[in-house]
Amino acid sequence: MTVLRCAGLSRSFGALKAVDDVDLTVEPGARHALIGPNGAGKSTLFKLVTGTMRAAAGTVELNGQDVSRRSEVQRCRLGMSQTMQHASLFASMTATETVALAVQRHSGRRIGLLPRSRPEVRARAEQLLADVGLAGRSNVVVPSLAHGERKQLEVALALACNPSLLLLDEPAAGMSPAERARLVELVQGLPAEITVLFVEHDLDLVFALADAVTVLHLGRVLLSGTPAEVRASEAVREAYLGTRRREELFGS
Amino acid sequence: MTAAPQIEVPGGAAAAPPRVTRGRGLLVAVAVLVVLAAAPLFLAPFATTTLTRIVVFALFAVSLDLLVGVTGMPSLGHAGYFGAGAYAAGWVSINVTAEAPVPLLVGAVFGALAAALTGWVTVRSSGVFFLMLTLAIGETLQQVADSWESVTGGANGLAGIPATRVAGTALANPGYTYWYVLVAATLGVALVVLLARSPFGAALRGIRDNEPRMRALGYPTALYKYAVFVVAGSAAGAAGALLIAQQRLVTPADLGFMTASFALLAVIIGGAGSLWGACLGAALVIIVRDALGPSLDGHGTLVLGIAFVLVVYLLPRGAAGVRLFRRRT
Amino acid sequence: MVVSILNGFAIGFLLFVLAVGLSLVFGMMDVLNLAHGALFLGGAYLGAALSGGWGGFLTALAVAAVAGALAGGVLSLMTEPLRNRTHLDQALLTLGVALVVAELLIMVFGDDPLSVDAPPGLDGSVTLLGAVYPSYRLVIIGIGAVLALVVWLVVERTRVGALVRATVADREMVATLGVDNRLVKVAVFAVGSALATAAGVLGGPIYGARPGLDAAVLILALVVVVIGGLGSVRGALVGALVIGQVDTFGRVLLPDLASFILFAALAIVLVVRPQGIFSGPVGAR
Repeated sequence: MTVLRCAGLSRSFGALKAVDDVDLTVEPGARHALIGPNGAGKSTLFKLVTGTMRAAAGTVELNGQDVSRRSEVQRCRLGMSQTMQHASLFASMTATETVALAVQRHSGRRIGLLPRSRPEVRARAEQLLADVGLAGRSNVVVPSLAHGERKQLEVALALACNPSLLLLDEPAAGMSPAERARLVELVQGLPAEITVLFVEHDLDLVFALADAVTVLHLGRVLLSGTPAEVRASEAVREAYLGTRRREELFGS
Repeated sequence: MTAAPQIEVPGGAAAAPPRVTRGRGLLVAVAVLVVLAAAPLFLAPFATTTLTRIVVFALFAVSLDLLVGVTGMPSLGHAGYFGAGAYAAGWVSINVTAEAPVPLLVGAVFGALAAALTGWVTVRSSGVFFLMLTLAIGETLQQVADSWESVTGGANGLAGIPATRVAGTALANPGYTYWYVLVAATLGVALVVLLARSPFGAALRGIRDNEPRMRALGYPTALYKYAVFVVAGSAAGAAGALLIAQQRLVTPADLGFMTASFALLAVIIGGAGSLWGACLGAALVIIVRDALGPSLDGHGTLVLGIAFVLVVYLLPRGAAGVRLFRRRT
Repeated sequence: MVVSILNGFAIGFLLFVLAVGLSLVFGMMDVLNLAHGALFLGGAYLGAALSGGWGGFLTALAVAAVAGALAGGVLSLMTEPLRNRTHLDQALLTLGVALVVAELLIMVFGDDPLSVDAPPGLDGSVTLLGAVYPSYRLVIIGIGAVLALVVWLVVERTRVGALVRATVADREMVATLGVDNRLVKVAVFAVGSALATAAGVLGGPIYGARPGLDAAVLILALVVVVIGGLGSVRGALVGALVIGQVDTFGRVLLPDLASFILFAALAIVLVVRPQGIFSGPVGAR
C-alpha cells in the first residue's frame, strides 16, 4: 500500500493554473523529492497535500484512506506532519516547550485543563531535540536560536507528531554548508518507518538524499522516476534552463 | 514570494515574558491575600468599598487577559459578558433568591451563555477584524440592555438589587460584602491562573504565537479559541455578579465601550499575558477613576485616556508584550 | 414604504461620508482609527453649538471640516512613530485618543443629550410621490451623492488617487518603487477625518449629540467598512447604502431587535466572505 497517492490534483488562482492535474505516488520508506524551477507549483502542491489549501479537483489518499476532504488538522492526526519553510515557530517559548506542545498533542492522552507535571512529555521532547542535534539548547527561547537551529527545531516538531509521512518544505533554505551537512545526516538517520517527501531547490541535496524524484514544471508533472533518470532527462534540463524557449525565440 | 515573517525580539535580550518561579509566586500571592483579607479592619468604609470595586474589576481584567494576553484575542467587547452576568445575577437576586452562591453561579452561567452565542462568529476572525467584531457585539449587548425595559429596566438599569445573603444573613456591611467578594474573586482568578498554567494553557499560548503552526501540529485551533472565549465570558459574568453584590445596581454603561476600554487598559498596563499584572492594572484604573476622580472634577476618564496613550508609546515590548498581530516586514 | 426607502438612503449616504475615511485609512495604512466616532461626535456638538440659522449651519460645516482635517493630521503624526509596531498598538493609541476626546466633549458640553435643528427652510417637508417627506433628509441624499461622486473621481481619476489605490493593493510594492507616499497618507487621514466631522454636523438634525454616540456610529462605520471591503470607495458606498436600508427597515419592522439585525448582517458577511464584498484578490488582511 502506498503511503501517499495523489490523483488529478488541481488548483488555480484566477487564470493561473498553479497545479494542473498532478498525480503523485510516494512509496513506503521512500525519500521522495519534489523539484522544479521557480513557479512550477511546488509550494502549492505541498499545501494541497498537507491540507492547508483545498484542491479544486483531485484526490489525496494517505495510507489508503481518502483525506481529500479532511482539514490539515485532521491529516496531521492521521499521520501526516510537516515542517514550515519560514520556521516562525513560537516566539515566547523555549525549544523544549515548543516540542512539548507537539508531544502532548500526540501522546494519546487528553490535553489537561489543570497544571500537572508530565515528566514523560518533557523527556520525549528532550529526546527529540537530541535526535535533531539540539541537545544543549533545551532552555533557549526560540528567538535566540540561530536560523539553522530553528530549522532543526521544525524537524523535531514534525517528528513529535509520530508521522508515517513527513513533509519537509525546503528544509535547507538559508542554511550554511555545515548546517546543510547536518541536515543530510539527520534525514538519512530517520527510521525507515517514516516516509519522507521533501520540496527542495538545492539539487545537490536532492541527489544526496532522494531515492525517488518528481519534477514539476508549470503546474504539471514533467517526470517522475529515479534520481538517475531525472539527471539524464533532456526535458528536465530544458525546463530548468529554458533552452527550448530560447530556440523558439531566436531560431536555431 | 512574500517576505518571511520575522521573529521579533521585542525588548532585546529578554524576549520571553519574565518567569516568576512557582514557589516564590505562590508565597507572594498568599502574602497579598493575607493583607487584602485584613484590610477592612484598618480602612474606612469608603476605602473598603473602593477596594471591593478593585477586586471585582481585577477578576474582570484577569478574564480579559486570558483572552488578550494568553490567547492573543484582543477583545473590545468583553464588558458585554461582564454586564450580562451582572444583569442576570441582579434579576435572580430580585425575583428568585439572593442566597449565595446562586447569583454568583447565575452570573457565571449567563456570561458563558452570552459568550457562547456570540463567540462562534468571532473566533473565525482574528487580529483587527476580531477587535471590530467584539466591539460590535459589546455595543449590541449594551443596546439590548438599554431597550429591553421589562427585564433590564431600560436606560435606568436594574436598581434596588437586594444584598447577597450568605447562610441566610444579608451582607449589609461593606466589610462583609468585601470578604464575600474577595473569596469569590480569588477563586475565580485562581481557576483562570490554573487553566493558563495547564497543558491547555500552553496550547493557547501556541495559538497566540503562531496559529497556523498549531493547526499543522494537529490542534483544532478554532475549537480552542471558542472554548477559551466561553471560559473568559464565564469569568467575566462571575465578576458581574460580584459587581451587583457590592453596587446593588447595574446599568447599560457597565456593558459599554468605556468599560471594555478600561478593562483593556488594565490588562495592558499590567503587561498582557501575566494575569497578575491585570490585577495591578485594575487597581490603577479603579483608583484613578473612583478615588482620584472627585479631586479631578470627576474627569478621571481623561487621565486614564492620556495614560492609555502614554502606555502605548512607552511600553518597550509593545502594548501586548508579545506578538499578537503578524507584523509586515 | 417609499418614505422608509428614502430614509434608508439618507442614512446610507451619511454613513458613506462617515465611513469612507475610516476605510481608506485602514486600507492604506492598516491603522484602525478607533477615534473616528469621536470625530463624528465632535462635529455633532459643533453643529449643536452653532445651530439655529443658515449662518450657523454653514459655519459649523466649515469649522468642522477644518478641525477634522487638523485632527486627522495630528492622528496621522501620532501613529507614525508606531509604524513598525503591531497594528494593535496603533489601534489602542487611537482608542486612548477617543477616550480623551469623548471626555473633553463632556467637559465642554455636559452630560445631557443636545438636539440640533435643521437650518430654516429645510426643517419642513415636501410632498414627493404622494408621500410627505422631511426635506432635510432629501438634502442629505443630495449632499451625500455629490460627495460620493467627488471622492470617487479623486480616487479613480487623479494621480493622487492612483497612488492611494496602489498603496491599498500592495503597500510594499509602492515602497519599493521609491514613491514617497507619506504626504499622501497624512492627506488621506486628514480628508477622511474632515469628512467624518462634517458628517457629524450633517447628521445633527437626525442624531443629535450625546455622550455614547461616538461608540454607536463607530460600530456602524466599522460594519460598513467590513462589509464593503477595506480601502474600497465603491465598497464603502455600497456597504453604507445597504446598512442604511438594513438599519432603517430594522427599526421600522422590529424596533427592539434593530441592533441584532445589524450584528447579524455583519456576522453573515464575515462568515461568507470575510474580505468584504468589494475587495479584490489582495484585499484580505
